[in-house]
Amino acid sequence: MAPVSTRISSAPRPLRAFGSNSTIERFAWMAGSLIVFGLFWQVLADILQNRYLPTPVAVFEIMLREARNGDLWKHTSATLWRVAVAFVISMFIGTAIGLALGRYKTADKFFDAWLILFLNLPALVTITLCYIWFGLNDTAAIAAVALNKIPNVAVNMREGTRSLSKDLSEMAVMYRFGRWKTLRHVTVPQLAPFLAAAARSGLSLVWKIVLVVEAFGRSNGVGYRLAIAFQEFDVGTILAYALTFILIVQLIEFAVLQPLQARVNAWRR
Amino acid sequence: MAPLNGAKADGTIRVSVKRKMFPAVGDREPQLVLRDVEFEVAPRSFLVITGPSGCGKSTLLNIIAGLDTDYEGAIDLGPAKDKMTFIFQTPRLLPWRTVYENIALVLPKGDPRHAGIPAMLERVGLGQAMNAYPEMLSLGMQRRAALARGFILEPEILLMDEPFVSLDDPTAASLRELLMELWHGHPTTVIFVTHDRSEAIQLGTRILRLAPGKASVAQDAIVTLTDAQRRDRAAVLAEQNRIFSS
Repeated sequence: MAPVSTRISSAPRPLRAFGSNSTIERFAWMAGSLIVFGLFWQVLADILQNRYLPTPVAVFEIMLREARNGDLWKHTSATLWRVAVAFVISMFIGTAIGLALGRYKTADKFFDAWLILFLNLPALVTITLCYIWFGLNDTAAIAAVALNKIPNVAVNMREGTRSLSKDLSEMAVMYRFGRWKTLRHVTVPQLAPFLAAAARSGLSLVWKIVLVVEAFGRSNGVGYRLAIAFQEFDVGTILAYALTFILIVQLIEFAVLQPLQARVNAWRR
Repeated sequence: MAPLNGAKADGTIRVSVKRKMFPAVGDREPQLVLRDVEFEVAPRSFLVITGPSGCGKSTLLNIIAGLDTDYEGAIDLGPAKDKMTFIFQTPRLLPWRTVYENIALVLPKGDPRHAGIPAMLERVGLGQAMNAYPEMLSLGMQRRAALARGFILEPEILLMDEPFVSLDDPTAASLRELLMELWHGHPTTVIFVTHDRSEAIQLGTRILRLAPGKASVAQDAIVTLTDAQRRDRAAVLAEQNRIFSS
């Protein structure tokens, strides 16, 4: 007889995404294509010999210099902190709005126009307005980022809520699951793919907007540093900071979001 | 004889659906589905509601279960109303939980019946599959899991909506056998909906036939077969002819 777990939440199952051949293969493809990109860049820079297109090696040296004098960490950590706060706030509020709109038709009819309005409001408008109304501070900066991201999350979660299975909710009613059990075992697992999609697209959107917000009205962060570098036409520094941040976001994607997605999809055939 | 207050506490189920309409959708007119459907179900009997598709039998079952409250009439499930279980036409298992977890979830935390889950799964032939996810199993096995989920609760009222439809004959036959076995192990009041006449005769102690168009009960008959005769195809067929030709 197969072993039986006595608890509902059984021990974590081995993750499909790790250790399997397909992961290694995927990694090899990615590494290979990035190396080719680097080589192409190096050759192009060597041919053009233009001070506005530094070689990858030169960019890497600037990265090391900024890391040694502490600037790289100072600005990156400030940006990461803003990204984290804005991300959590917008996921939370966006999910709540999405659930409400998916559930109540009248609310959806009424707020749909608002949602479209906010979805199409350029990031630059929210950012400048937030700074003007709330002052040049972090609250305004994070509010501006969240306002850009919330409609996105809300639309995603609204679709998720609309697609909730009536069959399963009837089952939960007939088998007297109660509110908490229904939420945990019936509703959230159905919303998980929508949450994961919102989180992944959210992270990439949030960090791009955070940089703009920083360039506009903060005195630290990667965005601020890029604005300074722009004034000096210092392409090497711009690329060094951009690459650092891309690496960090990729790391989060690979180490956190993708394994999480594999975990919630473990039951699929 | 009924007591003075008119309510018997003996577990009899009383169904009285005066009128059930389907609202107009698009070009379709509002539609009368059920009218003056009234009957009682004796405790521990196996009532089969049958009739062609579209005659309102699933609607009637949903009304009895309390899933559909948009009707005129009254349902009295008696004192056992909190020990009612519904087995759906589709298995309706949670695909993201294993077979074992799906069954454990219907029991409250710390309920002593948790200890009986492995034995129940053995009984329905899913001993090897308890840690599998439902989508990895065949439809027949998913139906077995749904039966186990219903029976682990030891219900006093069991409502079943065509639970063996769209299975191949041997699988459906073995599941009917399993249902009879579980029912004999734990006799409950069963209301079973099916369009399959031979299935109705084989399982039921009483048949209620709904007729389309008429929107009400066309026939109410007692099945007089013994358990041994229910396994005999000829006896089932003879009873089927006797009941449905009258």
